[in-house]
Amino acid sequence: MSVRRVKPWVFVACLVPLGMLVWRAFTGDLSANPIEFITHRTGDWTLRFLLIALAVTPARRLFGWSWAAGFRRMLGLFAFFYALLHFSTYLVLDFFFAFDLILDDIVERRYVTAGFAGFVLLVPLAVTSTNAMIRRLGGERWRRLHRLAYVAAVAGVVHYLWLVKIDIRPPLAYAAVLALLLGVRLWFRLRPRLVAEAGRGAVRPRVASQESAP
Amino acid sequence: MLIKQAPDIRSSEITPERVYRNRREFIRTASGAVAGAMAAGAAFGPEAGRVEAQEPIPNLLKSPFSTDEALNSFEDITTYNNFYEFGLDKGDPARYAHEMTIDPWSVRVEGEMNKPAADVPLETLLRPHPLEERIYRLRCVEAWSMVVPWVGFPLGDLIKRFEPTSRARYVRFETLYRPSEMRGQRGRSLDWPYVEGLRMDEAMHPLTILAVGVYGKTLLNQQGAPLRLVVPWKYGFKSIKSIVRIQFVEDQPRNSWNVAIPNEYGFYSNVNPEVNHPRWSQASERRIGSFFRIRTQMFNGYADQVASLYDGMDLRRYY
Repeated sequence: MSVRRVKPWVFVACLVPLGMLVWRAFTGDLSANPIEFITHRTGDWTLRFLLIALAVTPARRLFGWSWAAGFRRMLGLFAFFYALLHFSTYLVLDFFFAFDLILDDIVERRYVTAGFAGFVLLVPLAVTSTNAMIRRLGGERWRRLHRLAYVAAVAGVVHYLWLVKIDIRPPLAYAAVLALLLGVRLWFRLRPRLVAEAGRGAVRPRVASQESAP
Repeated sequence: MLIKQAPDIRSSEITPERVYRNRREFIRTASGAVAGAMAAGAAFGPEAGRVEAQEPIPNLLKSPFSTDEALNSFEDITTYNNFYEFGLDKGDPARYAHEMTIDPWSVRVEGEMNKPAADVPLETLLRPHPLEERIYRLRCVEAWSMVVPWVGFPLGDLIKRFEPTSRARYVRFETLYRPSEMRGQRGRSLDWPYVEGLRMDEAMHPLTILAVGVYGKTLLNQQGAPLRLVVPWKYGFKSIKSIVRIQFVEDQPRNSWNVAIPNEYGFYSNVNPEVNHPRWSQASERRIGSFFRIRTQMFNGYADQVASLYDGMDLRRYY
């Protein structure tokens, strides 16, 4: 499969959620509370794209899907794109630049704090996504910086978990997928060490280090 | 699917002439209107009943308590509902509430009262009460709001008929529990049946009504047909829907949301821009149908009428 040939189609597919929103807007199908509807949909897709982008490396390692790496940057940038739409909806449509209310919201409301933090964390990742920036930073530093994607995803899931009224199953589903993806990386990181220790007859596995695996 | 009605048409402008010319009988009180609606619903079957059960209620009295703010459209009011008995999504009640049978309907009235406890058929319960149109602001705890032209009568008038004793310090309400027709009750999002309560003075307050209709017609199921509470200065979840039990009790009842998440939802749940929900702000709200957020008013703008009920009370503690 040629990544080059498929890429434009994936790009278009990534725009479908936005297209659906625009279609609904034109057909008056955004519910009685359109701003809430747009906020929820763009938020959902931010999390989905984040998780899909973060699934690329585990998929490569588990199933040998090396071609997937060719889509990682685009998927990550789409996560940022939907995050930007989500935040803009909040800023412009929901609060219409009422900065006193917004500031109060970000400082006082922990779900807004978490969501805002996640969004802010994605900004340097988007900015350093070009080839030139990768070269300037150098591969290792760039990789370390881009581990922030995991922190942003955790912030995003926590943001969702803290805002639901009573049904925490949807955010928990995202949390489960994220935990799985993190678990796979941790496994690949720790396995050589565990195998080595088992070889030496050590029974107690070492506690995972704070730093997550690339 | 549903009756669409332009938001600027007031029920007062559309009901009179045409309606009672065509009516077989002159209907003025709740019992007549609701009985008529049930007959119509039965005739058209449950599917058609969703819309056809909407029976016009002519000759409504006006109320000085009504606001003159722009009404939300009938479509907004009937498609954007929180009624967890039918699902957690706001579109679920409009989708599934027609599965609930509302005929026959009776209300169990019991507790600390001089009259004997009784299962009162809805028609009997409503018969003595002339109906009024009450245009109220409705503020949801989720920080959105609407303006709804309810049709109803003061709860206090009904309470007096049953002669509660001095031991009756609270009124406790229950929603219908029928999982076979209310799919949300098959899950455990809340403890069923849904329970709400009011302090006796809140229940007797002239702003507190039992509603049987909206926009000059009987309620749709997703709005809590055939009988629901409306307490305009409290968050919407206090206004319990599809009531089957009214009890006069001595002790403060535990309302469902308080049972579910006690540190977030209290018994009083008065609209208060200064006391935030632990996780989100109550300072402003989105009026459904308009672009700009508006500042939330103390007691949802009914402070002149109800603030005195809470004199000396710490509203942060009694949220």
